[in-house]
Amino acid sequence: MNGRRLRHLWLEIGVTAGLLTAAWLYLAGDRGYAWTSVPTMLGAFRDAWLFDKFGEHVVPSLVRLGLGFTLAVAAGVALGVLVGSSRTIRLLSQPIISFLRSLPAVSLLPLSLVLFGIGTAQKVFIIAFVCCWPIVLNVADGIAELDATMLASARSYRVRGLDRLRWVLIPAIMPRIFAGMRISLSMAVLLLVTSEMVASANGIGFFVWQSQLTFSIPDMWAGIILLGLLGYGLNLGLQVVERRVCRWHTHLTGRDE
Amino acid sequence: MSAQLLEVVDVAKTFDGAHRPVKAIERVGFTVAEDEFVSVVGPSGCGKTTLLRCIAGLAPPTTGCTLLRGVPVTEPPPELAVVFQDYARSLFPWLTVRGNILLPLRRRRDIPGKERTAAEAIEAVGLAGFADHYPWQLSGGMQQRVAIARALAYRPRVLLMDEPFASVDAQTRADLEDLVLEVRRRFRMTVLLVTHDIDEAVYMSDRVVVLSRPPSVVKEELTVGLPADRHQITTKELREFARLRTAVYVAIKGQEAPSPQATAATAGG
Ligand SMILES: Nc1ncnc2c1ncn2[C@@H]1O[C@H](COP(=O)(O)OP(=O)(O)OP(=O)(O)O)[C@@H](O)[C@H]1O
Ligand SMILES: [Mg+2]
Repeated sequence: MNGRRLRHLWLEIGVTAGLLTAAWLYLAGDRGYAWTSVPTMLGAFRDAWLFDKFGEHVVPSLVRLGLGFTLAVAAGVALGVLVGSSRTIRLLSQPIISFLRSLPAVSLLPLSLVLFGIGTAQKVFIIAFVCCWPIVLNVADGIAELDATMLASARSYRVRGLDRLRWVLIPAIMPRIFAGMRISLSMAVLLLVTSEMVASANGIGFFVWQSQLTFSIPDMWAGIILLGLLGYGLNLGLQVVERRVCRWHTHLTGRDE
Repeated sequence: MSAQLLEVVDVAKTFDGAHRPVKAIERVGFTVAEDEFVSVVGPSGCGKTTLLRCIAGLAPPTTGCTLLRGVPVTEPPPELAVVFQDYARSLFPWLTVRGNILLPLRRRRDIPGKERTAAEAIEAVGLAGFADHYPWQLSGGMQQRVAIARALAYRPRVLLMDEPFASVDAQTRADLEDLVLEVRRRFRMTVLLVTHDIDEAVYMSDRVVVLSRPPSVVKEELTVGLPADRHQITTKELREFARLRTAVYVAIKGQEAPSPQATAATAGG
């Protein structure tokens, strides 16, 4: 780590700590019914999540998110490769894909409830369905823009079928897959929380909603903070994985200089 | 004379240009015998790469055909390898040097000891110690050598090379030329080399095919009567070498070689 990055890191930590202290001091006074002091929030956070209600609410949420997002990536890559490999399919499917991805995500909530009830299946479905489109579009573009020389070299060395998919196509579009995943990840968290608030018997979203209804404001804050940390952590994790997997891309495009 | 291994039969290629069709190759035909080394030279844009793609089965000619052992080439034949002009983009940046060389060997049952074969090829092009590097960690010339190593490890009967030494320094270039000559003899390969460099064409080949400006035709075929064992210094000192390079030069330029006075005059102006 060089000097400049170290300074940046210190600046980041300093600014974050400063803002937290400001919030702490501000909330120490009486700010009305929706607010509570930072120590109370943190206390509620510890009581709820370490690890009293972890199994009851966090685990189901993570399972739904994990299943839904994995399904979205798998379906998104498969569909994207299909759409990207043929001009005809691309042209034919373009209107329908544009329509599906333009649907405001939550407008599908009622439909998903009718189809799958209020259980895990509904959350997995809506996350997978909505989150796959950014990946489909990115992957399709990526496949269509693959370098002709690279494909010719794979073809002339008779790298075909599954080998071609596994060792040439998928690695080549990996940066596009990640670009799609970055967009869908925040959508996935949003859909998870929304569905859990609207129709669920557990989960972090349900917990936040329920706490608000029962006037346990510190618990509500505990849930909000956890959701924030969850989103932050997932994004960070995705970035770390991307940097590892797509190292060649960063180098080729010279983005790391 | 052994049988013709490769036959280019009246190949023509027309591209759909932006406004009107572009005729890149008018009509090109020549043959390459088993174990022969043939160079194709011609001005830039005359369709050398296009021709190579037709021979490699990567693109169909508009008319005419190419035959390998008498069989029309419609897709890349297993016994043929290509070193692309655009070497950097022909390598897979997510694979290491070793990975790039091993990938084409994955389905090759006839090559036992793939790791060893790859290591040998890497060694042969002077990249020992770089097997675990990624292409983007190497210089242009080193990447070019990886592309050559990949082709060598593939153990092709026919090796097609599209200006493979264009981006290396003179010394490395000479080394690589000799390397290709050496492995070609060792593995009994037939080589078709596209190059801009007249000296290189004469030095390496048994025969030189000169293409005209586009739309291209075969302008001339010259048999190189140099001794089979080539040497960077002694071969190039031979009178026959000088005669051949002049002949190729004249064929490309479509005119007599300039007299010394004319050269001095143009150099002055
Ligand atoms: N895919 C294509 N579409 C349209 N025109 C093409 C295409 N490929 C090549 N051409 C044209 O065909 C002609 C021959 O191109 P080619 O690349 O074969 O030349 P070359 O002899 O290899 O040139 P160089 O020595 O510069 O590599 C050029 O005029 C080029 O513009
Ligand atoms: Mg070319």
